[in-house]
Amino acid sequence: MSQLEIKNLHVSIDGREILKGLDLTVKQGEIHAIMGPNGTGKSTLAYTLMGHPAYTVTEGEVWFKGQNLFELEADERSRLGLFLAFQYPVAIPGVTVANFLRTAVNARRRAVNPEDKGIPIPEFRKMLQEQMNLLKMESSFAGRYLNDGFSGGEKKRAEILQMAVLKPEIAILDETDSGLDIDALRVVADGVNALFGPDLGVLVITHYQRLLNYIKPHFVHVMLDGRIVESGGPDLALHLEEHGYDWVREKYEEMNGQPGR
Amino acid sequence: MQEKPKVTISRTRPAVSALQDFAFTAEMLPAGGPLSEYRQRAWEIYRRLPMPTTAEEAWRRTDLRGLPAATLRLPAAEAWRDLPPVPSHLLQPLTAEQHGGQVVLLPGGGDDPSTGSGQRLDPALVARGVIFTDLRAAEREHPDLVARMAGQTVRVEEGKFAALAGALSQNGVVLYVPPGVTVEQPLHSVLWGPGAGLAHLSHILVWVDDGASVTYVHEAASPDEADSMHAGLLEVRVGQGARLTFVELQSWGRGVWNFSHERIQVERDGNLDWIFGAVGSRLTKNFSELELVGEGATGRMSGFYFADGNQHLDHDTQQNHLAPHTTSDLLFKGALKGRSRSVWQGMIYVAPGAQKTDGYQANRNLVLSKEARADSIPGLEILADDVRCTHGATVGRLEEEPLFYLKSRGIPPAEAERLMVEGFFDPIMQRIPFDGVRQRFQQAIQDKMMAA
Repeated sequence: MSQLEIKNLHVSIDGREILKGLDLTVKQGEIHAIMGPNGTGKSTLAYTLMGHPAYTVTEGEVWFKGQNLFELEADERSRLGLFLAFQYPVAIPGVTVANFLRTAVNARRRAVNPEDKGIPIPEFRKMLQEQMNLLKMESSFAGRYLNDGFSGGEKKRAEILQMAVLKPEIAILDETDSGLDIDALRVVADGVNALFGPDLGVLVITHYQRLLNYIKPHFVHVMLDGRIVESGGPDLALHLEEHGYDWVREKYEEMNGQPGR
Repeated sequence: MQEKPKVTISRTRPAVSALQDFAFTAEMLPAGGPLSEYRQRAWEIYRRLPMPTTAEEAWRRTDLRGLPAATLRLPAAEAWRDLPPVPSHLLQPLTAEQHGGQVVLLPGGGDDPSTGSGQRLDPALVARGVIFTDLRAAEREHPDLVARMAGQTVRVEEGKFAALAGALSQNGVVLYVPPGVTVEQPLHSVLWGPGAGLAHLSHILVWVDDGASVTYVHEAASPDEADSMHAGLLEVRVGQGARLTFVELQSWGRGVWNFSHERIQVERDGNLDWIFGAVGSRLTKNFSELELVGEGATGRMSGFYFADGNQHLDHDTQQNHLAPHTTSDLLFKGALKGRSRSVWQGMIYVAPGAQKTDGYQANRNLVLSKEARADSIPGLEILADDVRCTHGATVGRLEEEPLFYLKSRGIPPAEAERLMVEGFFDPIMQRIPFDGVRQRFQQAIQDKMMAA
C-alpha cells in the first residue's frame, strides 16, 4: 500500500516562510480534505509536493513509495504515481488534448522500458474515449488545444480526465471547485468518485465546504498559518461550515500563546 | 644565448576577414543559346555591382565578411561523378503518392543513371504540352519560351547575387503549364549541391498559364561540408485564374552560404499558395516577393524555419499589392537554438489605386537558448486609402509554467520542450495541405530539439 508521508515540512517562497512544519499522511484508499482560509499555504503545499521550482523546501521531508520526493523532478514524481489537479491549469496552444495525453502515457511506458515504441494509436483512442465517456465529455474535446480557450468547467474536467488516464496512486486536487457552477462541480466530483477506490488516495484542498458535499472525505484537516492545526472526521467540515474558522484560530492562538510550549 | 620565440595563444576569435569578391571571369559564361544576350547583360551588371555590405539596409543584419568568395569555383562539367550522390530520401514524393514528374539537378549538369532519377515527366502531361525539364534541355528544346521567361519577374539589377545567378547559372528548372491544363500529380525538383568550395548557381523559371493548375515542390540540399555557396533566381508567373501551390524546401548543408532572389507574380484572379521550409545552410539571405498584379489575385505565404548551431537565416519578404481587390496572407514562424540568428524583414506595399486590398503579415519567433537571437521587422507602405492591412511580430521564449505543467504529467523536460515547440509551429502545419511536408518539418523539430 502506497502512502504519501509529509514530515515537518517547511517551505519558503522568495525568502518568506509559508509552510511552518506541516505533518500529514495520505494512504491509498483514503480521501483527506485540507480546509483553511485564504493565504494559509494550501496551494503552496500542493505545488511543493509536485515540485514547482518557485518553492524552496527549507526543512522536513516527504516520502512516497520509499522514495524521498525532494530528490525527484516533477516528471519523476508524476511517473512514480503522484498527481496534481491544478487550480489554474495552464494553456498549451497548438498541442491537442489527445497528443498531450499520448505523450504523457508514452513517457510512462518509456520510463519502464526505454525501447517501448509507444501505445498503439487505436488502443490509445479507445482508452481515451472510454475515459471521456466516464466524464461526459464530447469526443471533439480530444482534438482541442489543451486548456486553450477552455471554460472554467472544461479546464477542471480536463484535469480529471488526465487523472483518469494517468491513474495515479495519490492525487492532490487543488481548489478543484474554484470557478465552477454547481453542475460542473457535480460532474467533476462524480469523476473523482468514479476513479476513487482502494488504489487511489486523494488529498482535496478546498476553501469551501461545498465540494465536500460531493466528495466525501474520511479525514478533514484545518490548515492555518502554514500548519495543520486541527484534524478530525467528516463532521469537522460541517462544523467549519457552520461556525467558520474563527474558533480554530482562537484555539490555535491560545495554544501558541501558552508559555513554555 | 638565443632568444626563445615568444608564443602567445589567443583565445579570442580571429578578426573577421575583409569582404572578398568572387574570382569568376567572363569566360565562364555559358556560350550561345537563347539566353546569351540576357546572360551577357547580367554579367555586366554583376561586374558593376559591389559585394553587399552591412551599410545597405537590406543587408544590415547579414554580414558576408566570412564568405570565402575568392576561393569559390564553379563545378566542372559532370562534377557530380566525384561527389556524394543524391540521397534517395530526397527523391521521395512529399505531397502525393507519386510524382507527375521529377527533375534532379546535379553539380556540373547531366544525369546520374545510378539513382534512376534524371528527368521524368508523365507522357500524358507531355502530350498536353506541359514542359518540366532542366534549364539546359529547355534552352535547346524550347529556346523561344526560355528567352521569354528569363527576366520575367526578377531583374538582374536587383542585386549582386541575382546578377551572378542570371549570368552564370549552369543549372535550373523550366516549368510551363499551358492554358487550362490541370496537373493532378505534383511535380518535384531537387537541386543537389555537394562539394566544398563550389558555387552552385541556379535559375528556376515557372509559368502557370491562364486557367492552369499545378503543385510544384522544389528542394535544395547538400551534405554538411566546409564552405560552399548557392545563389539562385526564382521567377514565377501565375496567369489569369491559374493556381499554383509551390513548396520550397531549403535543406542545404551547414557549410553553404545561400542567396536567392525570388518573385512570384500573380495575375487577375490567380491564386498562389507558397510554402517555405528552411532548416539548412550556414547563412541564408533570401528575398521572396509576392506580387499581385491583377485584380482579384490572392497569395498566401507560409514559412517554417528552425536554426541551430551557428546558422544565420535572413528572410526578406515583400507582399506587393499592385491591383485592387487583391489579398495576401503571410505567416512565418521560426525557432532558434544554440548561437543561431534569424532575421525576418517583411513589407506590405499597396500601390496607389489598389483599393479593397487585404494584406496580412505575421512573424513569430521562439528563442530556445540564451545565445540565440531573432530579429523581426514588419513594415507597411500603403498608398491607397480603402484597404485593410494588419501585421504582427513577436519574439518569445519558452515559459516556465507550461513546462512545469507538462512535467507534472510525467513528461521529461526535453520532451516537454519539444511538445511546446511543436505546439508553437502548429499554426504553420495547419496551413500545409501535405502530410509528407508536415512530417519533414516534424522530423526537423525532433532532430534539432534532440541535438546538443
